[in-house]
Amino acid sequence: MSTNINDRIALPTKDAQKSNMTCHFCIVGCGYNVYKWDANREGGRAASQNALGVDFTKQVPPMSITMTKAMTNTITDKSGKRWNIMIVPDKECVVNSGLSSTRGGKMASYMYAHDGIGKERLKNPRIFRGDQWLDTGWENAMALYAGLTKKILDNDGPSGLFYDCFDHGGAGGGFENTWGTGKLMFSALQTPMVRIHNRPAYNSECHATREMGVGELNNSYEDAQVADTIFCTGANPYETQSNYFLNHWVPNMSGSTVDKKKKWFPGETAAAAKVIIVDPRRTATVAICEQVAGKENVLHLDIEPGSDTALFNTLFTYVVEQGWQDKEFIARHTKGFDEAVKTNRMSMEDGAKATGIPVAKLKQAAEWAYKPKASGHRPRTFHPYEKGIIWGNDNYVIQSALVSLVLATQNVGRRGTGVCRLGGHQEGYTRPPYPGDKKIYIDQEVIAGRGLMYTLWGTNPFQTTLNAEQHRLVLHKRANIVNEAIAKAKGASIEQLIDVIYDACKNKGGMFIAAMNLYPTVISEEAHLLLPAAHPGEMNLTSMNGERRLRLSEKFMDAPGSAKPDCMIAAEIANTLKAMYLRDGKADMAKRFDGFDWKNEEDAFNDGFRRAGRPGVGPIDSQGGDTGYMATYALLRKAGNNGVQLPIKRVEGDKLIGTPIHYDDGKFDTKDGRAEFKPAPWNGLPKTVADQKAKHKYWINSGRANEVWQTAYHDQYNSFVRDRIPMAFIEMNPEDARQLGVNPGDVIEVFNDFGSTYAMAYPLKSAKPGQTFMLFGYIKGVHGDVVTNWVDRNVVPYYKGTWGSIRRVGSVDDYKATISFKDRRYA
Amino acid sequence: MEDVKFGRRFFLKSGGAAAAIAGSVVIPIHNANAATPATSGSTTLPYPKRAVGKAGGMPVNEATSFSYPDASSPCYAIRMGNPVPGGVGPNSDIVAFSAMCTHMGCPVAYDGGSRTFKCGCHFSIFDPENGGQMVCGQATEDLPKIKLEYDAKTDSVQAVGVDGLIYGRQSNIL
Repeated sequence: MSTNINDRIALPTKDAQKSNMTCHFCIVGCGYNVYKWDANREGGRAASQNALGVDFTKQVPPMSITMTKAMTNTITDKSGKRWNIMIVPDKECVVNSGLSSTRGGKMASYMYAHDGIGKERLKNPRIFRGDQWLDTGWENAMALYAGLTKKILDNDGPSGLFYDCFDHGGAGGGFENTWGTGKLMFSALQTPMVRIHNRPAYNSECHATREMGVGELNNSYEDAQVADTIFCTGANPYETQSNYFLNHWVPNMSGSTVDKKKKWFPGETAAAAKVIIVDPRRTATVAICEQVAGKENVLHLDIEPGSDTALFNTLFTYVVEQGWQDKEFIARHTKGFDEAVKTNRMSMEDGAKATGIPVAKLKQAAEWAYKPKASGHRPRTFHPYEKGIIWGNDNYVIQSALVSLVLATQNVGRRGTGVCRLGGHQEGYTRPPYPGDKKIYIDQEVIAGRGLMYTLWGTNPFQTTLNAEQHRLVLHKRANIVNEAIAKAKGASIEQLIDVIYDACKNKGGMFIAAMNLYPTVISEEAHLLLPAAHPGEMNLTSMNGERRLRLSEKFMDAPGSAKPDCMIAAEIANTLKAMYLRDGKADMAKRFDGFDWKNEEDAFNDGFRRAGRPGVGPIDSQGGDTGYMATYALLRKAGNNGVQLPIKRVEGDKLIGTPIHYDDGKFDTKDGRAEFKPAPWNGLPKTVADQKAKHKYWINSGRANEVWQTAYHDQYNSFVRDRIPMAFIEMNPEDARQLGVNPGDVIEVFNDFGSTYAMAYPLKSAKPGQTFMLFGYIKGVHGDVVTNWVDRNVVPYYKGTWGSIRRVGSVDDYKATISFKDRRYA
Repeated sequence: MEDVKFGRRFFLKSGGAAAAIAGSVVIPIHNANAATPATSGSTTLPYPKRAVGKAGGMPVNEATSFSYPDASSPCYAIRMGNPVPGGVGPNSDIVAFSAMCTHMGCPVAYDGGSRTFKCGCHFSIFDPENGGQMVCGQATEDLPKIKLEYDAKTDSVQAVGVDGLIYGRQSNIL
């Protein structure tokens, strides 16, 4: 008998409060409805007795609802009153049409309850004293944080202040919070020593495509429904953009959008989509596409790791040889074509050699994607891509090669086309300009002993950076120097403590580490100060998804303890510094910290996102474009889970009118409006990576698994995920496993010249000999430990370029007894 | 102080001194209130007992259909052919699960080749040899397990309860 009842759930009462929530997690941003009602009451089973309007007196038919235990919780507000909550997918949302993913479906469970999955949340500021973490108040925490910041700023200048900060939307992001943190770092503190949550510098993941005049989010999800061919590179959308794939790609592959195509594109040949997937690994997406579209309509180009540029250049050359390029478009709307034809030239034979794909298959791909259709029209081919390119063999070069191919065939700016990153997180960038003129490899600065104070803002550079072992070893040493100094400062006042810490950092090689986060995370093993943050639902938060769809997630509950939205933490820091400078009589310095007098996150939204387009304000970088000022919380509340696609064109009554696709007018984001081809000669592997490949037998590919969100910051407390994946799994070829003496569930060591990590062996018959795939960024078994320190010209890492050796460590009986090692590919 | 009541099954299991008073279904302690129904002392639903079949008659590695706890809830029982966690029968190898995916209720199909349940709607995969664990997919819950009992005398397998919420229900008992 169990008192953990798992065969019944409480239904929302008819009068339950209902609010909008965009999923916290992946880029897709599915719409959900939050129901909240008095925990002492329950809705009845009759459709007229519950807020869902569903008849539970009899079995509910398949596909009519998603409502699981994970979608419920009981929370307690600040007054002690208990509320039931239910967070279920919104059928009216055009993004997901009522579908939930295994990530978003767990949102309710992850909202804070004192006895729930989120019970380890940070509730109050914590300071590390002696040998333990102790709670403290915001005033004390701010006196220390701002006091130390000021001392460094005054004595060493802003370059002593290092930040590792999120730059995205969704939980741990959002336009309010990127603005709050950005305003603090860039216009108040003016430090250039900033890196982003998943990479070691302040840079973009899409420099090349932007320089070519093609922003990386240029179509609508609906375009995937009407594409003739989907040419997907280095992405696994079933597991990482699940409902975009299920709700928009699958209907196209199954042929259920053919009528829509005929209506949208009269006279054009229309059929179910063909799919080309470029990935060395046979992913879940490949297997499912074959199920849905039929094997004859799926081409899996399982290229040699790192040979993407060779593939695109070969196809580009072949397209031009066949005369399939769009000559008129090239002449009227682009520049640099002839040069690119020369620099990017690669023969079919050379392409086949570099990629390992036979010539016939390469030609087949070119025909599916670029050969005119029976009706004579050029095919509408959508080119989505993600981390296989972004963390690939020279991000800049691959994107240059891909977008050149896309421009030659005008597969951007037409419905059913697009060349888009698929995305990880949602987006939500609004910040003052970065105060620097070059990209600084921050991790190397840390390793070299530079910087005095490091703030990890909603990030985790232990689980999600490259060359992670060395980075952490150095940080550990530097943090410990500060710890030892603090331990000796018994009875010290805040001012004395700041002097002690400053001395340890300035003169003894130490580094003071502060972190803002939802949870203590592994960061707490090194940090000195933790500040508790809030996530959507505990605050109002705006983000945009992969089709630039802006939505407001509404606050419906209190944050735990004294936790605050990141923008309000930034404001607290700025206001504390301002007061300190005013006390010092330094009005000029105090002025830099002006403009943080926000009462709540809406003030931060109005100050930041809505600054764009207002007369008399300085420049900002915003994904809202220059019409951000048109968006208000009130209008966004009305727009609900469908929101508006940025940039906003105009407001009609109380309706925001947005932009479904970019470049349909042939004007690109360059000064003269012409898209620019880029030379991208095939580059081979970088030497640092090639050296590891020569020494180590296995390719240690990495990426995400469906069930795990990001660093598993919530998931690590959820038995549904943790008991399935207690340690990062590594997919490997069964024969390789046999030769290594490795059985399913065995713990193995992966190592190379850069580091070593552990993983749980998961042999899969679809894994090629010599190739493995390890879960990225996990709590136990950090893939980044064996990633080289090589970066491209913009300091973008090559996480996928990892080779290592493997040895069996041992076995954990519990893993073997409780974890399924069956095939994760649907076939 | 609330009443503390013990159901009949408690005594059947407890034996000893408690068995001596097993004839009494409810023992009120403190402020006895005889009007309270016996079921209010239980945290489990009143699941019925239903015959699933004879263990010997179940083919190995093939799904046997039945419904539980009522006719609108399709289930599968499988004799895996090797002992598995939660398995019953002479070889501890018989397990049973709801045949409706926990994600959106589509019927799962048993694939004897991969020894998994698969949902064709959103491609979730579940492992009957690991308690219905989701192998990959969009569900947030493993496949609900049908609790089984085995009577060696008659070689019969009975369904007696459900661990996990069946899709499309507020409660497993309608």
